This record gives sequence, C-alpha cells and structure tokens, in this order.
Amino acid sequence: MTLLRLIVQRLLLGVAILFVVSALIFIGTEILPGDVAQAILGQGATPELLENVRIRLGLHDPAPVRYFRWLGNLLSGNLGTSMVSGADIGQLLGERISNTVMLASATALIAVPLAILLGLLSAIKPNSMTDRAISAVSLSLISLPDFLIAIVLVMVFAVKLGWLPAIANLRPGQDFFTVARMLVLPVTVLVFTVLAHMVRMTRTAVINVLSSPATEMAILKGVPRWRLLLVHALPNALAPIANVVALNLAYLISGIVVVETLFNISGLGRLMVESVTTRDIPVVQVCAIIFCAVYVLLNLLADIVAIVSNPRLRYPK
Amino acid sequence: MTERDANETVLQVNGLCVSAQNRKRQLTPIVTDINFSIAAGKVTALIGESGSGKTTISLACLGFARAGCVINAGEVKLGSVDVLTLSNAQRRAIRGKDIAYIAQSAAAAFNSALTLNRQVTETAVINGILTQTQANEKAISLYRELDLPEPETIGDRYPHQVSGGQLQRLMAALAMMCDPRLLILDEPTTALDVTTQIEVLLSFKKLIRNKNTSAIYVSHDLAVVAQIADEVLVLKEGREVEFGSIDNIISNPQHEYTKELINAAHVMPEQLPESRSPLVDGDGLDALPLLIVKTVTAGYGRSHKYLALHDVSLEAYASRTIGVIGESGSGKTTLGRVISGLMQVKTGSVALSGQPLDDAINLRDREQLRSIQFAFQMADVALNPRHRIAKILGRPLAFYFDLPQQAIDKRVAELLDLVELPAEYAQRLPRELSGGEKQRVNLARALAAEPKLIICDEITSALDTVVAKSILALLRDLQNRLGVSYLFISHDISTIIKMADTIAVMRKGRVVEYGTTPEVMTPPHHEYTQLLLNSVPAMRTDWLDNLQDNTFSNQ
Repeated sequence: MTLLRLIVQRLLLGVAILFVVSALIFIGTEILPGDVAQAILGQGATPELLENVRIRLGLHDPAPVRYFRWLGNLLSGNLGTSMVSGADIGQLLGERISNTVMLASATALIAVPLAILLGLLSAIKPNSMTDRAISAVSLSLISLPDFLIAIVLVMVFAVKLGWLPAIANLRPGQDFFTVARMLVLPVTVLVFTVLAHMVRMTRTAVINVLSSPATEMAILKGVPRWRLLLVHALPNALAPIANVVALNLAYLISGIVVVETLFNISGLGRLMVESVTTRDIPVVQVCAIIFCAVYVLLNLLADIVAIVSNPRLRYPK
Repeated sequence: MTERDANETVLQVNGLCVSAQNRKRQLTPIVTDINFSIAAGKVTALIGESGSGKTTISLACLGFARAGCVINAGEVKLGSVDVLTLSNAQRRAIRGKDIAYIAQSAAAAFNSALTLNRQVTETAVINGILTQTQANEKAISLYRELDLPEPETIGDRYPHQVSGGQLQRLMAALAMMCDPRLLILDEPTTALDVTTQIEVLLSFKKLIRNKNTSAIYVSHDLAVVAQIADEVLVLKEGREVEFGSIDNIISNPQHEYTKELINAAHVMPEQLPESRSPLVDGDGLDALPLLIVKTVTAGYGRSHKYLALHDVSLEAYASRTIGVIGESGSGKTTLGRVISGLMQVKTGSVALSGQPLDDAINLRDREQLRSIQFAFQMADVALNPRHRIAKILGRPLAFYFDLPQQAIDKRVAELLDLVELPAEYAQRLPRELSGGEKQRVNLARALAAEPKLIICDEITSALDTVVAKSILALLRDLQNRLGVSYLFISHDISTIIKMADTIAVMRKGRVVEYGTTPEVMTPPHHEYTQLLLNSVPAMRTDWLDNLQDNTFSNQ
C-alpha cells in the first residue's frame, strides 16, 4: 500500500537525519573550547593526572573512532554518565522526561483544541468583532514575554489570592489532584505562548478554503454554516494546521526553559541549559539527540496527517 | 415525481437589481431591472459576455449574492414564495432542495477531501428528505441515467479520480438529488473539451426532459444555448438587451448586440477561407519552410517516462498559420513547449530557417530566442500583476535590442498602437484592463521581440465569443502587415479553420491528420477529425437532436 510505503520511507529518512544530526552534535561539542579532562578535574589538576584521565576516557583516539564508540554506546542504550554528578544519564533523564511530557501534553490537550476552535470562530467572519477580539488577545499574549505573564499570574493567584501553589514541585507518587493544582499556572503560561501561532494558522488555512468555489457550491446546495466549517473546510485545512501544531509541540518539549525554571520544574529544557553551563558534554549530546528525534517524529506525524487528510495523496491516480 | 401543470410558472423574476457595495456602503449597479419568468419544464438561457451579470442573476435566484454584492431591489418568486424575503435559514432550506445549482467548473466546485457520494447525497440527507441508504440508491440510479461508468461504485471515489466530463455529470446528479423545481446551470460545459461538451449537453437535456424540470442555462455561446433553451434573455452590462424564444432570437435578432453574438458564435464557417497561394522565394521556386519539426518524441518525468508526443512532424511557413487542434491531453501544448525550447526532446529535431535549434532554451542564442515567441492562454496569469504595461512590453525590448529608455517608450507606444490599444495604457496595471485587452498586451509582448514565429496557445479560449472574434481579426491583420507566422493551438476546430493555412490534428500525442486546410476539410476525414467536426454545434435548434441519432448515440 502506498501510504504504508510512504510512512516507512519517511521513517527511514528520519533515522538518516538523526545520524547526520548525531555527527553534527559530535563535531559541535568537539569544537567547543575547553578540555574535558580539565573540566572534570578542575584548574588545580597536575599534568600527570590530566593525562591519566585522558587515557582512561580514550580522548587520545582519533575523532571518528570516538564518534563511533559514542554512537555505538548510544544505540545499545548506554547513554553514558554525567561528568558533573557522575550519575547515569539514563536515570537522570527518566524523571525529567516524564515531567516534561506531562507538562507538554497537558498544554497540548488544552491549547490545540482551543486554538482550532478560536481559529474557526475567527474564520467564519473575517474582520468581524469576534475575529478582531481573538486576534488582539492572542497576539498580545504572544507578544508579552512568558516570564512576565508567569510572574504576574504567580503574583495574583499564588501570592495575593493564595489559590494555587507558586512552584510545581513534581515528585513521583503525588496524587492526581496535587499534580493538577501545581500544573495550572505553568500550563496556563504555556498555553498563552503557543496559542496565537496556531490560532492564526488555523484562521488563515480555513479562510483560504472558505474562499474556494467548492465553498460557494456548498452554500448553494444548502449546507448549514457549522457543517460547512467542520465537514467541508476543516479537512482541507488540516495539513497546514497539523504542521504548526507539530512545531509548537516540539517547542513545548525542548524550549520551555523559562517556565521550567520559574516554577522549579525539573524538565528537559532546563537540564540541557544547565548542562551547557557546566560543560557536561555527554548530557548535552543526549539532550540534543532527544530534541532532534522529537522534531523529526512530530514532523513525520504532521506529514502523515497531511497525507491522510488529502485523498489526492492517499489515492494517487 | 409529481406531475406539474405545464402552464404553471415556476420562477418569476421582477425588477431584480444587484449592486456592488464598497466599504462606505456606496452602491454600484451590476444588474438592473431584470424581468423574466420560466414555465414548468422550460429552459431559459441567460446569454452575454463576461461581466454582463448573467452569473449574478442566476445566483440571485438562489437568494445569494457574492461577497461585496447586495440584492437591492426586486423579487424572485419561486412558485408563490419570494426567495428574497426569506430568512437565511429559510433560504438555506430551499437551496439544493427546490433550486439546485450546477457550477461552471465542477473540478473546482467539488470538495477534494470528500467522496463523491457524500457530496451528491448531502443535501437530501441533512434535510431529512432521504436516509443515507435511500440517498445512495437514488444516486446510483441517477448515475446510471447520466451514463456514468460503474454507477454502483463511482460514488465511492474522490473528485480527482474521475474525469472532467464525468465530474460535470456528477454535479448534475448532485443537483437532481432532491428533484428540484428549478435547475440553474452556470456555463456547465465551458470548461470541457468539445466532444465531452456534447456528451454532457446530451445528458443535461435528457435529464431536464425526463424530470420535467425548469432550468436557467447561463452561457456565452449562442450555438450551445440553441440546443437546450426554449427562451433566451440576452444581457449586456447588466441590462436586458433582448428577450424571446430561441427560434426568434436566432432567425430574427432585433438588437445589434444579439446579431454580433450570432456572428461570433463558434460555428463552422459557411465556406473555407480562400486558400493562400504557396510562397515563392526570389528565384520563383517554392519557399522553404520557416520551421521544421522532425519526428519529435518527448515526454515528462525522468528520462521522458510519460510520453506526451510520439513521432510528431510538421512544417510552418513564413507569414502563414499552422493550426494545431486536439483535446486536452493531446500534446498540443507540449508541442509548443518543445518548439520554444521550454522542453527537451527525447528524439527528433526542431529547425528554424534551416538552422537546427538546440532543444534546451539556455543553449539557444539570443537571436534564436527572439525568433520564436510564445503567447499564453491565460493573459491574466501570464502578465505580472505588479508591473505596468510599459514595463511588461519594455522588458523584451531592453533584452533583445538593448534600446535606450527613450526608444523603448516610443516603441511601447507603437506596439500598443499595433494591437489597437490607446497609448495611455502604458501606465496601467494589468488588472485595470479587460480580458480581451490583456490578451492584446500579451500579443504585443510577443510582437515586441519582432519574432518570425509566434506560438499562440489557446489564446482565445478564455475569452467571450465577441472578444475572441476581434482578437482573431487582429492576428490576421498583423500577419498581413508584419509577415509573422503563427503556430495556432486550439481545441476549437471552427476557430482553426478560420485561421489556419495548414492543419495538424493531434490525438494522444500523435498527429493523426496533417495537410492544408482544404485537404483536411475535404472528405473523407480521419475518424477523429470527423468526431471533432461533428462536435461543433450549428446555429440551429434541432442540431443536437439530429446528432443524437447518428454519431453520439452509441457512446
């Protein structure tokens, strides 16, 4: 079947991209100034000690040998150890991944349907009061820096009113209600930051479809407005919407350092930034690979949505 | 299906006015004071050039005005109900059910993301007239009635999986789903090939007759209208010019504009144009051909995988016209692309004035490029919307002749004069020109290079008949004055006959018949040429009915 073949093709391509990216990451960390042995032992280390460490870590081997050794370890599930804490990177990541995924999925569950709904509402009557109001609010929200929104929300709801906790101290074993209460503020901030992009794209895509002769035909055969939007316009607008949703979800996984820091959530974005400042190269490398894989996977999903929603691609002549 | 009284008036339009409304709520009339009525089972045609308001009127009959337009006076009575006084919800309820619409381009009007059956049955199902199962059954019987292939399963396909002619018939099935009292057909065959047009026309006629439905038929082609309409409303600039029975309009037109429409219709010329004598060179010998296309095979895709031209050979002479005729997919545009160097050949060669032309456009020298110019079908798309006419025409002048600005301005004015446009047009943007004027600019741009050969690809097919006729006259005039040759590509054999000295009939990438116009037009014809000839409607009301009995009856 063509669809299956296409998906397999894209998957293989995604894997190939990941290999290229792994090489780029390796080269990038090679170019970074500083010596790993020096970084581990600190400024006061004797040259003999440094040399010992270099030999133990195999730093004298040529770069390609070290790259393939690293890649081999990565593929066999051995993510290596952190240079700073000496902890196993796999364990280090485990909890953070689950925190980040929880935060991102809670945000996506609210933001995606909300964005599509608002986008549709705007598209029904472009330049109407509803449309302008939605555009104004969503654009103001994206224009304000996320830390500002976060601080204001914390001031109002946590400090003044005391309704919600100011930080989200996520620990394993907390019950659902506690977690939900802690997530309200960070998720709200994140929804605000990703909403506008998706609303605008939905609006544009749907307006585009609504100006087609097919829409006029549907009106002339007596299709009610809600049906026109949901049954006739939305399937045709799905591909661009899926693309922008994928981009925003990828951002939620990899780019939410500020929100994670403000609410004291130990997530992946924060881990990456912290590792860069401490030159914890193995952790940086693994994080980069994970982020890249997320982007590849989400874009693949968006492509599949685009194919499934377009019969021309699903059933080529 | 209830029996309807033959004299019952199904639609009565009184004093209808539709206007365009700008942001300041000022009104500019589009159609003014339109009156007509349609009796049960009768067909009234609205005919006129583009911009005459015929689509606006037909949409107003559905209580619909396009964005930026308002229906500001008049009544549209369907039976005893005035559609224009109904609320939005009430209008929606009669659309598709009592009045059904068939759009000009079915390919654009079908939603590409939904199956055909879903779209055909939608109105009946959402209005609760039929259940989905009943509607599917009815759709299948309509498909059968419209001679669609595989009626049981064609509805499960998506729009891109059927042909243009089939889509237009599926649109007819969609319209007939609820047995409407009134059918509105908006140029339903204009986008189709000539042979397909006849088949679709036959289907519509049969359907209207069998169901005793009334219809409004919108068209710019009087010869097509003659086959299906009982009465004709001739429109110009949003006003009624003439109204009468089709026989009267054809045999005894009162108004000048109606006469013009009749003259410009795509019908066979009474007699072949006088054949021009072969050219002779200085020594009194027959002149050599200007362009020789020799056994060209070419195609699209990697290494010409999908062949569009098979072994095509033809010759064009100086200051003569070669007509290339064929339906969509026959390879006629591909031929033009190969000659102009836009496409490379797989095998074969193209030579101009005895010199072989390189088949890649970037390997041709400036002189070779200058010699062959292209005039595209859609002047709308071919002219850069943000460039003024002076810039559009000045570009080839600067490119081919390295003229200084002053000389360019002078030449632009000459070119505009050549295509009978006022010199002030140099400062206009393409959107400030009408369709016919844009096509003239398109020609002027080709002429700017002072070419030996202009490839005219369907340059009149997007134009109204009257405008098209004037463009053809201009082409002939330019040929006489400048001695330029044309490779005239068209799907309309009546136009080709009027224009061409030699004709190449193309089908599926091959030249099936080739010769001088009198040769090709003298029987016996190739089977396909005969089919094309039979597809040109005559300005008679009984043409289609007679035709049905012989050529198309077994299709």
